[in-house]
Amino acid sequence: MKKIEAIIKPFKLDDVKQALNEIGVAGMTVTEVKGYGRQKGHTEIYRGAEYVVDFVPKVKIEIVIPADMTEKVVTAIEAAAKTGKLGDGKIFVSPVEQAIRVRTGETGENAI
Amino acid sequence: MRLKMGLPAGGALLVLILPDIAVAAENGIDTGTTCWMLTSTALVLLMVPGLAMFYGGLVRTKNVLGTMMHSFVAMAVIGVLWVVVGYSLTFGRSVLGGIIGWNPDYLLLKGIDESVVNGVPEYVLAMFQGKFAIITPALISGALAERVYFRGYTLFIALWFLLIYCPLCHWVWAADGWLHNVGAAGVIDLAGGTVIHVSAGISALVIALLLGVRKGYPKTPMIPNNMVMTMMGAGLLWVGWFGFNAGSTVQSGLDTARALTMTQVSAASGALTWMMIEALVYRKATSLGFVSGILAGLVVITPAAGVVQPSGAIILGACSSIACYYALKTKVKFGYDDSLDCFGIHGVGSGLGVLLLSFLIRDSWMQNAAAAAGGTWSALNQFSIQLLGIGVTIVLAALGTMVIYFLVEKTVGFRINEQGEVEGLDQSLHGENGYGLIHSDFVK
Repeated sequence: MKKIEAIIKPFKLDDVKQALNEIGVAGMTVTEVKGYGRQKGHTEIYRGAEYVVDFVPKVKIEIVIPADMTEKVVTAIEAAAKTGKLGDGKIFVSPVEQAIRVRTGETGENAI
Repeated sequence: MRLKMGLPAGGALLVLILPDIAVAAENGIDTGTTCWMLTSTALVLLMVPGLAMFYGGLVRTKNVLGTMMHSFVAMAVIGVLWVVVGYSLTFGRSVLGGIIGWNPDYLLLKGIDESVVNGVPEYVLAMFQGKFAIITPALISGALAERVYFRGYTLFIALWFLLIYCPLCHWVWAADGWLHNVGAAGVIDLAGGTVIHVSAGISALVIALLLGVRKGYPKTPMIPNNMVMTMMGAGLLWVGWFGFNAGSTVQSGLDTARALTMTQVSAASGALTWMMIEALVYRKATSLGFVSGILAGLVVITPAAGVVQPSGAIILGACSSIACYYALKTKVKFGYDDSLDCFGIHGVGSGLGVLLLSFLIRDSWMQNAAAAAGGTWSALNQFSIQLLGIGVTIVLAALGTMVIYFLVEKTVGFRINEQGEVEGLDQSLHGENGYGLIHSDFVK
């Protein structure tokens, strides 16, 4: 099993969700996050004072999938989240040791 | 069956209502005016939670409750003080050479239980005026946001009310107050340009200078935690302001309609002007700019709503937004930390209104003033009276606030310790959080 963590632009969430649904990914966890990378921050104006805000709002998606789906999933997210501009985000892939469904006690790929 | 049941019920209702009307007429109560003054009293109180929301949204997440409490606690502290001595100190007869009012009958309002003044029960007038006394010190909390002890703040507003608000209110608004009677028709201040906004604004500036800046200001961005709440607060303030200004005519007639209209026009003009300035400068209309414009329009018309006409209200609203916009810019240059711009908007905007109104007064008022002066009365004559009013206000507010600041700092403590400031007022002083677990504040 693999865990995919994708940090994307907030307005791309629906596109990514739809793309993942289409290839059979049945669930996800979504978190509103803030951070910065190459995009750096943006400026906000409050009563004439301009502030540089370093942390840019992003959405983080976490999904756990069977290992053989990894490439398909990564490609789908990449295609759906891309605008071609700085700040499109990143995708991280990591191994998962075990998964357990709380309700039934099923384990492994049956639980995801 | 229904009809039969209805008739006796309706008859009973009439019997219930009629004696009240009869009693009202007997006491000489003008129910129309009383009704509007009751409404106005409630509207002005509505401005206090409005102000709490306005200010509360502008601070950082860790200080949202502490900031809102600054407005709310005034309802308790001044709410009690007003009844105990406030009404006597302000609307009692002039004593001590006119420095303050005093009327033993007004202590705890015990002498007005049956009193009716010009058709309005005196309780209503006392409560209406009391609401102004509540909101004025709360305005100052914008200048000391995010960095004072709650106990220090509470003592500060109590002393500020007794030493600054009460004398000033007596001078400008009591029938025998000296500023009320200076010149042809006294200082023109319908609803508190001097008494409320300039006095609060100047005190705000002084307190901001004495307290020093918040830790990290101005390098650390201190970004509003909830602009949605700020906008709702500004909306409540606009609505409440109709009670504030139109209620201050203490009637339900032509003057009331005038004050209400000018309030609406000036607020709209202020908001529109600020929006246009930002559109030109930043190519964006910010929500905070918009609500700042509303406030600029409201504070400028507060002294003037009784004497100007709609064209004057448009001019005042626009001029106020321009002046306040540049005042806020200047603050950034000078580096003092009037955190939520109490001086920059209330002091500057309303001060402008107090002075500028001299040149926009309707003719009938000027003719009456000329008659009262025994011949002629010009805009410049009135301007000099307005200057006197604002000068007296500035001196009293500035000196008084300095004295009170040192009293508070040396006794219970005013400026919070560094750890408390870093942790935030909500946790360190109130032991609470404004929002749920997941709403965290990344930008400290």
